[in-house]
Amino acid sequence: MLRFQPWKIALVALVCAVGVLFALPNLFGRDNAPGWLPGSQINLGLDLQGGSHLLLEVDFNALLRERLQALVDETRIALREERIGYSGLGTQGDAVGFRLIDLANVSRVTGLLAELDPEIEVESDEVGNFTVAMTEDAIEQRLRLAVEQSIEIVRRRIDETGTREPTIQRQGEDRIMVQLPGVEDPERIKALLGKTAKMSFHLVDETVSLSEARQGRVPPGSALLESDSEIDSAGNPRQYVVRKRVVVSGDTLVDAQPTFQDNEPVVSFRFDSTGTKRFGDVTQDNTGQMLAILLDGKVISAPVIREPILGGTGIISGSFTVEAANDLALLLRAGALPAPLTILEERTVGPDLGADSIRAGKIASVIGLVTVIVFMMLYYGLFGIFSACALVTNLVLLLGVLSLFQATLTLPGIAGIVLTLGMAVDANVLIFERIREEVRSGKTPIAAMDAGYKRAFSAIIDANITTLIAAVMLFNLGSGPVKGFAVTLGIGIITSVFTAMMVTRLLSAIWLRRARPKELPI
Amino acid sequence: MKRFRLIPDETSINFVRRRFVFFAFSVVLAIASIGLYFANGLNFGIDFAGGIMIEVGTPGPANLAGMRSSLGQLGLGEVQLQEFGAPDDVLIRVERQPGGAEAQNAAVQLIRQSLGDSLGDGIEYRRVEFVGPKVGGELIKAGIMAVLASVLAMLIYIWFRFELPFGIGAVIALIHDVLVTIGMFALVGLEFNLSIVAALLLIVGYSMNDTVVVYDRVRENLRKYKSRTLPEILNRSVNDTLSRTVMTSATTLLALLALFIFGGEVIRGFSFAMIWGILVGTYSSIFIATPVLLYLKPRQSGGAGKIDGGGGIPAKGG
Repeated sequence: MLRFQPWKIALVALVCAVGVLFALPNLFGRDNAPGWLPGSQINLGLDLQGGSHLLLEVDFNALLRERLQALVDETRIALREERIGYSGLGTQGDAVGFRLIDLANVSRVTGLLAELDPEIEVESDEVGNFTVAMTEDAIEQRLRLAVEQSIEIVRRRIDETGTREPTIQRQGEDRIMVQLPGVEDPERIKALLGKTAKMSFHLVDETVSLSEARQGRVPPGSALLESDSEIDSAGNPRQYVVRKRVVVSGDTLVDAQPTFQDNEPVVSFRFDSTGTKRFGDVTQDNTGQMLAILLDGKVISAPVIREPILGGTGIISGSFTVEAANDLALLLRAGALPAPLTILEERTVGPDLGADSIRAGKIASVIGLVTVIVFMMLYYGLFGIFSACALVTNLVLLLGVLSLFQATLTLPGIAGIVLTLGMAVDANVLIFERIREEVRSGKTPIAAMDAGYKRAFSAIIDANITTLIAAVMLFNLGSGPVKGFAVTLGIGIITSVFTAMMVTRLLSAIWLRRARPKELPI
Repeated sequence: MKRFRLIPDETSINFVRRRFVFFAFSVVLAIASIGLYFANGLNFGIDFAGGIMIEVGTPGPANLAGMRSSLGQLGLGEVQLQEFGAPDDVLIRVERQPGGAEAQNAAVQLIRQSLGDSLGDGIEYRRVEFVGPKVGGELIKAGIMAVLASVLAMLIYIWFRFELPFGIGAVIALIHDVLVTIGMFALVGLEFNLSIVAALLLIVGYSMNDTVVVYDRVRENLRKYKSRTLPEILNRSVNDTLSRTVMTSATTLLALLALFIFGGEVIRGFSFAMIWGILVGTYSSIFIATPVLLYLKPRQSGGAGKIDGGGGIPAKGG
């Protein structure tokens, strides 16, 4: 165990040199590292550099409910067109249900519904009860699509706010993790992400008065909706009776910008060619009527169409503040979310707490390192010094590997490093204790060291693999910070075995050959 | 050259004979822990219970009573305030608000407003965290699963590398360690959060690490001293590895103490759990995991071990 081939010595030296090379850039600031050093550094987690972590969930049920409601409408229209009698049409759980009046129509209706949408399954029983549901595959596919689209829209909205280096990732089946380094108060971003921002243009139903509508006499095909910001004389939100039919949809918008009109903040927008054509037609046919602009089911404003607008551009003037106009323009530019997002978890750390944590972590690491080294030297003398060299090498390698993989260092990760310092000497302790035993049993220094390394090996491997298993379990449990801990611990275990088996062994082998001691100072 | 030693060079302590004392002690501890868990419960942090946690830095030493009364008037249910490491650092915990994420959000806004009104601009938000009920429930499940899975993984690993009796012995010790650590948290009422679960997993890893080193020696000695009784071999193995066991625990404890004292308030709970866990893990590998092998009867290559429980200690042989 004590004979080293030259290539092995070279390999150990090379690994250490590479470790130093990759660890070095971390001594400099993010942008001050000299150009000849590798560019990758350890990333600081949000708990150390400050920032905001949000966990969002795509409210897929809302999307499904919407789809089912549409399916109800489609079914009604299809049955009416064919003049087929039915009763009790509506949603039942995750499906649409109704009952046929004339059982003779069963097969005809089944065919009719199947043509409606390839993504649905139609079932019926002998008394004419029909259930129409979306297939599992279709639901799954829609969920995947909805999450993908949501991530894209979230990214666009956050990019528009000018947040630097956000991380936006899918997590699990229907969740999105958003990390915003340096963001101290995520209120604005939360507010922006909290809106689906579905915009549409509708004609205002002027066939009934507001008071009639409030008494429940809303014509079919229309709805009584509240204004987003306008207040009526009684202090309640102003209301409008709005036709449900979408005349122009917001997804035909290509641009929206905040601007001013008569010193009031407004939002100007531009349609694509389809939108331009439809908006032109609608304004031409309905000049003099009111056109309601809806965002997420609320009326932003409902101006009167004074003249046909054929150029494909327009202006939304609500009673906006400058900020509200900015945000609305941003939302319209970024596009609508396919489904609402719910914030499941928020963790925001201020920059001062992060800096305090880094400082405390550094102090704890240095003190931990020094006390362990002093203790090892008191206990094992010269061999303690060898193990101290190994421990420092271990720390350098650990930092080097973390930089190489651009791993994220969190506060628990620092704890992992400190803990690794304490546990890393274990392999050395196992070997040294074994060598002591061998010395006591009367072996010569060389034979004792050889036997010590050989016999401690199996215990070292087993002991470290069990700790590695714990690290893997931790990694799987992990949300961000705990994962960082598992990573430093896992890498620390591997580097500590390497340094004990190679660095300490090499140092003691070299010493043994030079000094040729009669007894071991251990 | 005489050097400083924690443990004399060659010990011959008869751990196995006094096993009943330690078994009884551990059983009492474990039962007390379970009792404490059901009596006191754990002080679940927001990771598990859901709710809101805000750490604020106040311009001067914080007026906790004043803050408590003004926040108490917001109608957010139970509001807990505590000084966090320094007099101008306050940790505010608010129970989960009825309703969904919007309700939690609204509560955070309400607290910010109230604090801003009473403390002015000097207030500094060091941390704002909120965890919804859904996530909290999932984290509890994930935490329990992770601890169980790691215990199971250890069992399987030891089974493969050693034999089943060793695996069972190790797992008994691990369960003991986890129970006693949970009992400790129920006793002192420290916040039990995700990082404590991480500590539990690590304690499982560390305790296993300690146990494996002793077991490795038991296996070796079983082969070496074929004519010795099992109690003799177990005693010899614990004594052989005692110096290493104590030494590694000492260095790890030194590092953890540095972390506990200097590492800052946020990870103090974690370092506390680990320090306790290292002590318990070291204890259990010497006094539980090894003596329990007596009843699990690992195979001895030569002749079955006599189980008389009073075994002497074989002299060291070369």
